[in-house]
Amino acid sequence: MDLDDIFTASVFASAIRLATPYIFAALGETFAQRSGVLNLGVDGIMLMGAFGGFYAVHLAQTAGVMAEPLALLLGVLVALVVGGLMGLAMAFVSVTLQAKQGISGIGVYLFGLGLSELLFQQWVGTPKSVAGFPRISFPILTDIPILGEIFFHHNLLVYVAFALVPLSAFVLNRTTFGLMIRAVGQNPEAADAMGVSVTRVRYATTIIGGMLAGLAGASLSIALINLFQQNLTAGQGFIAVALVYFGGWRPLAVAAGAMLFSFVNALQLQIKVIGADIPSEFAVMAPYVITIVALVFATKRQEQPTALTKPYERGE
Amino acid sequence: MNQAVGTSLAARLNRLVDFAPVLVALLLALLVSSVLLVALNADPLAAFGFMLEGAVGTENATAETLVKATPILFVGIGITIAFRGGMINIGGEGQMIAGALAGTTIALALGDARVPAEMAKAPGAFDLVIVASALGGGFLAGALYGGLAGFLKAYFGVNEILSTIMLNQIAVQMMNFLLNGLLLDPAVAGFNNIPKTARLVTAAQLPRLALPLGDPWVFARTRLHWGLVIAIALAVVIYIFLWRTSLGYRIRAVGENERAASYAGIHVKRQMMLAMFLAGGFAGLAGVVQVLGLQYRLQTDGSPAGFTAAAGFNGIVAALFGGLNPIGAIPASAFFGGLLVGAQKMQREIGVPASLITAVNGLIVVFVVSSEIFILQRSKRRVSLQETPLAPARASAKRADSPDPADEPTAEEAG
Repeated sequence: MDLDDIFTASVFASAIRLATPYIFAALGETFAQRSGVLNLGVDGIMLMGAFGGFYAVHLAQTAGVMAEPLALLLGVLVALVVGGLMGLAMAFVSVTLQAKQGISGIGVYLFGLGLSELLFQQWVGTPKSVAGFPRISFPILTDIPILGEIFFHHNLLVYVAFALVPLSAFVLNRTTFGLMIRAVGQNPEAADAMGVSVTRVRYATTIIGGMLAGLAGASLSIALINLFQQNLTAGQGFIAVALVYFGGWRPLAVAAGAMLFSFVNALQLQIKVIGADIPSEFAVMAPYVITIVALVFATKRQEQPTALTKPYERGE
Repeated sequence: MNQAVGTSLAARLNRLVDFAPVLVALLLALLVSSVLLVALNADPLAAFGFMLEGAVGTENATAETLVKATPILFVGIGITIAFRGGMINIGGEGQMIAGALAGTTIALALGDARVPAEMAKAPGAFDLVIVASALGGGFLAGALYGGLAGFLKAYFGVNEILSTIMLNQIAVQMMNFLLNGLLLDPAVAGFNNIPKTARLVTAAQLPRLALPLGDPWVFARTRLHWGLVIAIALAVVIYIFLWRTSLGYRIRAVGENERAASYAGIHVKRQMMLAMFLAGGFAGLAGVVQVLGLQYRLQTDGSPAGFTAAAGFNGIVAALFGGLNPIGAIPASAFFGGLLVGAQKMQREIGVPASLITAVNGLIVVFVVSSEIFILQRSKRRVSLQETPLAPARASAKRADSPDPADEPTAEEAG
């Protein structure tokens, strides 16, 4: 076995592609958690977004009523709306009704898992593929050896995800809205006293988180894999939540964690492809082991938002 | 004397009110699933009818419901302990697998050692040493796997929700690895079969369960096994443990208020680990009992829930539905077992996919935890009532003889 066979350009390229859903979902979760809401339902929301996006594109393409780019745009919109609605539900449950967030998130997960499968079986039936977002070829750039394959030959959503990383960091750290989010997550009493509506901010971030989770699902079903099946995400939403802890609630570090995780994943796939002498089960296991180890070291180092998972109630 | 009677009545009323959110959640879930069914062009009444018929319509259906309920109850008891101790254990799936792997290995090894080959299939054989060792080993393996998450939480601050989710994935892969290699049934090695272990000798199996209520005995021709009895007995044991022993009290104290428990001199970290250890142990039992009582071998289709049939998740739902009370988990598990079995009938009869149940389970979880706020507000009102100048004498008199500090029943309510 040669190391050159493992660390190929295509492994790096697929690491970047695989990171896309994690980045979307984990950035959204970062917003929610920074404001004090732990949304554990991300995986269920991703599944609903994945199905919604897939189904819209599937319908549009079978009917053939609109141009290809429009159909894909419609898919993205549906995923955002479905995700946003699920986020709204999660916000209502955890902010207004003050339900225990860890547990209610599991409920949202099970709901999304069951409903997406139910609707899929009822409305689609057998796995069908759609024509998803095509890879973009840039003039000149894509033709650069190695770098072109790694960086300049992906679908649109990959670039959107990576563009969202600095944007999220900017919003959280440099805007009034970001300041409000951090204040509400760190010291809701003080934020409330300053006239910031804790409820409204938390609704906003949880809905944003839901929309991005929906988009994360769509990035799988209409860009990366281009089909829907039962439990398509296979727990990626939970990994996204772990990445938020791992990245210490900072968008850049969260995205770096997503890259690391996807890179290990891409390596694992490559090891399978070239048939290396490692049991494939251990290769599949590796990213999860690494995540636990990373959490052991990351959690000690980082301070989590003080009010995370704590519902806010105004004093008298 | 009268006071004591009133108190226990109030306490009992209070316990009933604890289950109120569960009933509300059930009604809401029923409502929402009706809407879903209508949206899918199905008649809700027909759907629920087929589910009921599929769950308890025949002797065999009832037995299947109880068979499905058994692992859910084991996991649910464990989850109850964990949640009472403030630990959110999502790792039931992985802990079930850990328990099944250890228990099956022990049962196979002891079966080879203690039972001569010609007796392997002897009907009616039962070897307590094999069965007890397998159950004990399964409990311990699950407990260590759950305890690991407790340890990481207590000493490294690793969120137990996340670590248990990761450990689930790791356990699935470990199982697939072992079932395709070390534990693979020699008889099927080389064939491209469903990965599975060899079959247990009869002496290592949990006997079937039948009730002497008729002739032939009720459930005599079904798959119902003694795992159910073990689970129910342990539910009672854990109820006593949590509410009648000081160790159980300490676990609950940490769950109620970590800081207060710490000030009271309770070793918080130790209780966290213990809660996760026990929770994992019960999930481990769920896993090993599935093998010893039902499948007689460990097998999976390779998918995450291929062996567990998602009992690790459904146990969470049952625990919540049972009001985080091990006794309450008994009917709750039976209910969810019935849902799962009944849904298959519904799917066969009117074509509505059984995955409806997963969605409904999710809704029930959301509704149960959401309606807790109303209980919380009620108990806050209660506290403020006790603090009024007129009430303190009665309230404190009552408190003194209340056996259960967690329940805090009040005289005001009874009267």
